[in-house]
This record gives sequence, C-alpha cells and structure tokens, in this order.
Amino acid sequence: MVFIEAVVTAVALLLQGSAELWNVIATTFEVAITSTVAGVVLGAPMGFLMGATRFRGRRLAVALINTAMAIPPVVIGLVVMMTLSRQGPLGFMGLLYSKDAMSIAQTLISTPIIAGLIAAAVASVPYKLRLQARSLGASRLQEALLALREARLGVIAAVAAGFGAVVRGVGAVMMVGGNIEGQTRVLTTAIVQESRKGEFGLALALGLILMTITFAMNGFLTWYQHSNERFDRS
Amino acid sequence: MLEHLVSSAVWKRTLLLALAVVMAVSLAACGAAEEPEEIEEPVVEEPVEVTSVILASTTSTEDSGLFGVLVPAFQDDYPQYRIDVVAVGTGQALEIGRNKDADVLLVHAKADEEQLVADGYGIERRDVMYNDFVIVGPEADPAGIAGGDDAAAALTAISEGGHTFVSRGDDSGTHKKELSLWSAAGIEPAGDWYLSIGQGMGDTLNMASESEAYTLADRGTYLAMKDRIDLVVVVEGDEALFNPYGVIVVTDANNLDGAQAFADWIVSPAGQDIIREFGVDTYGEPLFVPNAD
Amino acid sequence: MMNDTQAGMALRCTGIRKSYDKRTVVDVAELDIPAGETLAVLGPSGSGKSTLLSILGLLEPPDAGEVYLDGNRVTHRDKTARMHMAAAFQSPYLFKGTVADNVAYGLKLRRMLSVDRRSAVADSLERVGLGGWENRSALTLSGGEAQRVALARALVLRPRVLLLDEPLSSLDPLIKGQLAQDFARIIREHSMTTLYVTHDQNEAMAIADRMVILRDGVPVASGTVDEVTGLPPDAWTANFLGAESPMQGSVVSSADGLIGIDTGGCVVYAGGSEEIGSRLIVGVRPEDVLLFEGDADIPITTARNRFLGTVVDVELWGVMYHMVIDICGSRLASRVSRASVRDMGLETGSKVRVVFKASAVRYKRI
Repeated sequence: MVFIEAVVTAVALLLQGSAELWNVIATTFEVAITSTVAGVVLGAPMGFLMGATRFRGRRLAVALINTAMAIPPVVIGLVVMMTLSRQGPLGFMGLLYSKDAMSIAQTLISTPIIAGLIAAAVASVPYKLRLQARSLGASRLQEALLALREARLGVIAAVAAGFGAVVRGVGAVMMVGGNIEGQTRVLTTAIVQESRKGEFGLALALGLILMTITFAMNGFLTWYQHSNERFDRS
Repeated sequence: MLEHLVSSAVWKRTLLLALAVVMAVSLAACGAAEEPEEIEEPVVEEPVEVTSVILASTTSTEDSGLFGVLVPAFQDDYPQYRIDVVAVGTGQALEIGRNKDADVLLVHAKADEEQLVADGYGIERRDVMYNDFVIVGPEADPAGIAGGDDAAAALTAISEGGHTFVSRGDDSGTHKKELSLWSAAGIEPAGDWYLSIGQGMGDTLNMASESEAYTLADRGTYLAMKDRIDLVVVVEGDEALFNPYGVIVVTDANNLDGAQAFADWIVSPAGQDIIREFGVDTYGEPLFVPNAD
Repeated sequence: MMNDTQAGMALRCTGIRKSYDKRTVVDVAELDIPAGETLAVLGPSGSGKSTLLSILGLLEPPDAGEVYLDGNRVTHRDKTARMHMAAAFQSPYLFKGTVADNVAYGLKLRRMLSVDRRSAVADSLERVGLGGWENRSALTLSGGEAQRVALARALVLRPRVLLLDEPLSSLDPLIKGQLAQDFARIIREHSMTTLYVTHDQNEAMAIADRMVILRDGVPVASGTVDEVTGLPPDAWTANFLGAESPMQGSVVSSADGLIGIDTGGCVVYAGGSEEIGSRLIVGVRPEDVLLFEGDADIPITTARNRFLGTVVDVELWGVMYHMVIDICGSRLASRVSRASVRDMGLETGSKVRVVFKASAVRYKRI
C-alpha cells in the first residue's frame, strides 16, 4: 500500500505547492531543457555529418560517439567536476556547484545520444533524395535541413531520448551540482537524498512527479509528431 | 452481497485516500487564500548583494536536518551570505576542501581534519559539537550484547559468533569510526558475516533491518529512522563512540569572509544554542552536544 | 577561344573521369548537348550513366575533367550554375508535405515571392496535367502522379538544362508509355535542353533527338537516334539495342546517289556516294526490313534490296516477333507482327524473301 500512499503524497505535495518543491521542479526543467537544446545544437550537425556524409575518420567518429553514449553519467560528472574545480583547468570560471555546471555535464551526456540517433535517422534518408534537393538548388545547409526534416520521426525520437537521459540522470548532477537546496537540487538528487534518509514514500512521490514530467514531455513530442504526420507515408 | 465480495478494509482505504486528496486540496486552497495578506507587508530592508558560501559537509549531517534550522538562522544574522550546503561523503568533502571548491567544511573525521590543516589546506580546526554512535541490532539480539557499554567487547562477540554486520564501506566518517573500533578490538573484519555495501547511513540501516544484522549508526540518523526499521540500540555510551564535529575555513577560500563569518558564528553562543535545541521537540533529546570553547 | 562547335552547346563536358573504390565508373572524353535538344544517355544498369548525370548536373565533382554551361567553365561549387539546372530521378523523391510544397521547393530556395510562387506552381502543375492538385499530400500519390509532380518541380524552375534520370523506369508499362509521350511533348514545347538518362531505348527514341550509349562508363556510340539505333557500331551495342551486329563490306559501285556494297556474296544498295573500295559497316533497322513468303510474288515496290534468306532465330518480344534472317552469310533482324508469322508459317529454317529500301540502309566507313 506504500504505492497508494506515494500517489497521495505526490498529489498532496503538488497541490500544497510548496515553494521548495516547485523550485526543485523548475530546476529540473531548466537543466534538462537547457542541456537537451544544447545537445540538439551540438548533436544535430554531428549526427548529420556522420549519418549523411563521407569523410576521413567517419567510422572512428561513429565508434567514438557510440562509446560516448555508453559512458556512465557518473564518470562524465567526475570529469566535469575535476575540470570545473578551482584546482582544475576551468576553475577560474567558478562554475562548480551551479546549474551551469549541471547543464554542462548533462549536455555532455545528451549530445552523443542525440548525435548517434540522428546519425542513424539521417542515414535512412536516401542519398538520392539529397541529390534531388541539391539539383533543385539547395545549399549544403538547406540540404541538411531537408534531410533532418525527412528523418523527423527519428530526430524526434533522438530529442526525446536525449531529454529522457538528462531528466532521469542523477550521478553527474549530484557530483557537479552538489544537490544544494534551492539552488541545484533536482528531482533525481532529491529522490536519492530522501531514499537515503529512509523517506521512501516521499522519494517515491518525487519519482512519480518525475515520471509525470517525462510523460508530459513525451506526450508533447508525440503530439508534435502527429500534427505533422498527415503528410507522412501511411 | 457486495460486502462478501469486497472486504471492508478496501473501503476504508479508499475513503482514507479520498480524504487525503480533499485535505490536500483544501490545504492548497488555504495556502492560496493566505498569500495576498503576506504581500501587504511593506518591504523595508535595503537590498544587499548576496554572495554564496559553499559549505561542504556530510550526508549524515544534512540528513539529520540540522542545516534546516542552522542555515536560516545564520542567514538572518548575515543576510549578505547564502549558505549552499554540498553534502557528500566525508572523504569527498575533505577532497573538495583540498581543491578549494568549498569555502568552509563541517565534518566529523578529527584526525583527517587536523591533517588537512597541517597540510595548509585549512586555516584552523575548531570544535563545534559532537554526537555519538550507537551499535544497533535486531531485538532478538543473537550476539547477546544488548545493554553493554563496551564497543570493543560487543564487536568481538559479533565477529566470533559470525553474526551479520553491515558496514557502510563508503569511506565516510561513520565508516572510519567503525574501522577504528574494529582495530581497537584487534579484529580484522572479514568473512561472510561482514557486508560492506558502500552506501549511505539510511541505506545501511535499512539493509541491517531487512537482514536482521548489526551495524554502527550515528544516533541522529537512527532516531530519525527508528520508527521505520526493526532495530534497537544494543550498545551506547562508550567514549570511543563519540563523534566530534569540527569547522574548518578553507585556506584561500573563494568567499573567505563568508566562510569566516559562518565558522565564527557556529562556535558563538548564537550557533551553539541552536545546536543544543535541535531535535529536542522531535525526539525528546538533542541530537548533538555543542562543545565549542 | 571558343570554337564553332562549342558555341551552340548548352552543356558540354571534356575529359570527365570518376572512380569509386578504384573502379572507374565514368570515363567520357567529350559530350555535348546542343541548346534546345534532348540527349539520351542510354546504357545498362551500372554503366555509369547516373553518375555522369550527377557530374553534369554539378551535383557531384568528377575526379578529373571540366563541365561547361553555355561555354563557361562551371564546377559543383558553383551554386549559381547549379541554379540553372533541375533534375528529376527514378524514384520521384517527393518531400514530406503537399504537392504545392514540393513544386515550390526550388522557388523558395530562389527566394521567389509567395504570390509569384503560387501562380508559378499552379502553372507548372497545369502543364504536367495535375492542375488543381496543390493541396494533396505528396506521399499519397500513385507512381505516375508522383513522377509528374517531380517533373513539375523541375520545370517550374525554368532551368537552362533539365536533367532526367530514369524518370519512368519504376512505372508500369501502360503509364510509362503515356508519360513518355507527355514528357516528350512538354520538353519539345519548351525546347528545353535536356539530358535524359535511361536504360530503355524505346523511351530514348520517343523523347530524345540524339543519344549516347555508355558501356562501363565509356561512350561506345553517339549520334542522332536514327544513326545509333540504325547502325550500332559493334556487336555489344547491337546486342544491347536488340539489333544484329552490322554487316561489313566494301563499296563496289557508286552512281546517281546510290552505292552498292558487297557484304560477302550479296550486294546491298544504299543511298549516298562513296569511293569504290571503301570498307563500310552496314545496318538496317529491324522495323524497315520486310519479309515475304519464299515463293510469293513481291508487290511492285521501290525497294531496291531483295534477297532470299533463311530464318535462323524466332523470338517473341512483347507484341512483335523478332526474327533473325541469314542472307549471304550475314545476319539481319526484322520485326514481324504475330499475324504475319502465323499466316506465313514462319519458323526456324523457313525460306523467306527479304526486302528493304536503299534509303533504310545506314552505313559508316571503318
């Protein structure tokens, strides 16, 4: 019955609208969306290059991206922490234990996922379709945008996967964010903390809220996909 | 007919659930209704530029809830500072201090703290408070050590009887304390009965409870979790079980003034009084004993 | 300096070479498309014709060689030059969106105002027979409709050169025939300079003025459609075109615009004048070769060439029979209707009279 209690707790928490909880949710969103958008900005061109062009070292790049997708987030967190530490190379920026540090670490997690999945999606767009666009006067960039548009289903899945990875990630944000109340505490680190304290019901309730956010985001992406689908092949 | 099909327990549960939702809704409504009144109050304070002071401490300290009262009280006295608590393992907290990524440390590993200051990474270590550790175990007490006040003897009984003992194994202050107790008892803890799990205090207590094992816990966390686990205190009061906390301002800290202000404040009567009161209304006894000079 | 032959060329290339994985796929010393004409590049699959189209269309760079548009050297980096061309491929490769979105794609890239765009799109769709189809989803069209949209998408740009890469080969025969006629009419109406890549000689004959046959990336025959199909220069080309290898012979008489060519026992007459003793290859298109029963009276005709031959091969190709007849040791192909074959009882070994006009004989010096 602990699950029913968790649902009740979750609903109660949300309805009470405690500033602390909303702050945690807002931080969760802020970091997840920032790092997803950054992941798209960095990952989409990489994905396009790997999926749709031939260049020396392309296979190596694909292998590296696939490896990067498999690196445990906590290792990425450790590397970012050491880099942003005052004793580290970028210590002068004073970013450790901030949302920016979390966004940086999460971007390093989302980028390879988004790049890898976009590469796979774009690779499925026929080469001749891009030749067709080129023959109608498309520049390199316009051709790339068209290929991404044609591979929209896969691109949306890539963005959803990137968002999912960062919103559910805990290891990296814990290390570089520090789970500071009111500053860098996000749902996952709050869940870890509450479970550590033995507050399983509260932890589960926070988990439900996290699930709801993920569900809402996926729902939005699915809706977006459907709203474009009337012109897709049936 | 329906009564035969659906047990009354289910009905009660449903009713409770509905009640909870209604209560939650009304609470929210009250909260919303109250809000405008608060806005009426005129803001008289001059705006000050708030700088962040990073306080590295341990998860057990944060989980006790002490910072929940300590930090707001400090910030009331010093509105120009915002204390950001980074709660990690003791080992990591010390490392963060060495890297100057924290401004001030509040940890409980006296020897390591003194080493840190000796190495020049901290300005000075000052006593703040202590709490104590307790050996907890199942009520059945298979090792027969309940009621004792000799930690070494109790651990010897546990190891000789091969009774399960859960160790945090995470290089935390509690873990270090546990290792020093084994070493004082002249025992090398190893074997099927010794589970080193590399997790926090809460996890460790939960696992000990689930597997009817003994473990070493800080009193604060144990008291906070007592109602949810099946473990009782079997050994307490040994001086070896005391756990002193020290505050250290990091040498060349990013926010040196803020760090110094916090360290001075926590050992001042203002800070010490708050520590003395903390936990009394919840557990009937204080969780920490202030001991600043 | 530009010489006379280059002056009228809309598209021209010299010394084009392209390899993939060390295999040469295109090796074309020279190729011209005169302005306003349609050149068909014909060849079996894998002969490099699509790659040649990509290079000429500035879609891909060659390993070596030059492309000239209206006499000016251009490369694949030359976006302005590429803007003067437009292509349609075997699969129509329509983009997700409406028919109008697709047709307007190139216009948008050219930053045409949306009002002008709308009327240009409507006009172009009208031309390919799809007036009013603007708002349909491009991905629900049938193969033929999609191919018309693809053509409209290229035509709407009013390109200097139109590139068509097997635009009809994925369609079923009925639609294919109809669309080939339509495409030919549309191209002719606009006297559009067109490069038409195909493996189907019927399509090439329906649409093109001139043709080039590619074998392993190298042109083996080129000229007007009549020249190439009437006189394949070698056995491979003949076989590819479904004709027989050309006969060889030497000129034995030349008078009054008529030459006699001894092909080894028989003298074949052809229009023209050549020096006596010249060595020639000689060919006749199968549809110009008439067959009569061996003992039949031949009707009065102007046909100069009459031989007695033996049927050596009978094959049914589509609706017509393809017959191979041995005359004086040379092989000559003829196209005969099913009814004629039945009436005359033609089969391997039948004796037949072979008749064709001197004007139907193509020859070339060797």
